[in-house]
Amino acid sequence: METLRKLLQTFFTILTNSFVLFPWTKNIYQGPLKILCSPGLNCYSCPASTTYCPLGAIQQLLLGVRFSIETGSYYFSSYVFGTIGIIASLTGRLTCGWLCPFGLLQELLYKIPSRRKFQVAQPLRYIKYFMLVCLVILFPLMLTDQWGIGKPWFCKFICPAGTLEAGIPMIILQPDLRPTLGYLFYNKLFWMFWFLIWSIYSSRPFCKTTCPLGAFYGLFNRISIFQLHLNKQRCTDCGACRSVCPMDIQFNKNVNSSECILCLRCMTEACHYDAISIHCAGLPLSLIPRKPRTPKTPQLQPDHS
Amino acid sequence: MTNKLSKKKLHILYRFIPLTISLVLFLIGVALNEPQRVLEQAWNICLDCIGIG
Repeated sequence: METLRKLLQTFFTILTNSFVLFPWTKNIYQGPLKILCSPGLNCYSCPASTTYCPLGAIQQLLLGVRFSIETGSYYFSSYVFGTIGIIASLTGRLTCGWLCPFGLLQELLYKIPSRRKFQVAQPLRYIKYFMLVCLVILFPLMLTDQWGIGKPWFCKFICPAGTLEAGIPMIILQPDLRPTLGYLFYNKLFWMFWFLIWSIYSSRPFCKTTCPLGAFYGLFNRISIFQLHLNKQRCTDCGACRSVCPMDIQFNKNVNSSECILCLRCMTEACHYDAISIHCAGLPLSLIPRKPRTPKTPQLQPDHS
Repeated sequence: MTNKLSKKKLHILYRFIPLTISLVLFLIGVALNEPQRVLEQAWNICLDCIGIG
């Protein structure tokens, strides 16, 4: 199952970044596919990107709401909110675990051996809600300049995916942009390296602490069509689910937590008692292959007394 | 038993409420011609997004 997930993550990364002509055009893709939403975090200013980033689009529409009202267009980004709402209602944070290119990158970085691996402190996980409410929605909408136009705060000051996928490649492709580099770019470069290095030592630190898209999808985890279920009669509270969870969740203590990315590792790799199952609209999906397992039994130590 | 069944059905049904609301939002956006605006934005390099703007 983990191999299938990695393959699907790679497939979606390639699919949403499949404009291979960018080294020749030296520009971003400008075709009709950009009307489609990338389900994961994937900057639309990436030269290879073929879809739009929901976070970037929301901010760009919200920062110009006043201007659009004045011109009689009434753009409230309901199209983008509707699109990510549909994705979230169907899958919850399954998208983070299976389709997000930046999630894949963090998982690959975490495979780099290091002396110690660290867990992300619980309070840091609330930062992503601040990012979603303030930097993605309120600040672009309310903090406007003299012409009534706001800024895409999250993209402008934080988004490491934007720096990695768009900032660096565009500076390489378009030398004219280089003289314009300043504090903003170096600030974003700092955040990019911060999250990339942190990803070597902690599992998915950006998803856990900062990603506003993950925060939004997570709100739907308890009401989405795809959900994990716990059979309390079978659960022995052994904690095996936590040991494999990339988001450090003990599933039986927090069923369908807003942090769960539905990678299914707890179900397919950890639980020896088949206590976890995946349901679609309340119906169990029994086609998911599980490794044949035998319950772990405590190792008996030889008695030397 | 019947009560339990109807509760389960209700539980399944309420999962479709956010999906319906999202679909309505999506259609409102389409009616307001927002996809065209999104497309126009996505065709331009967002200098803010890459840390230059």
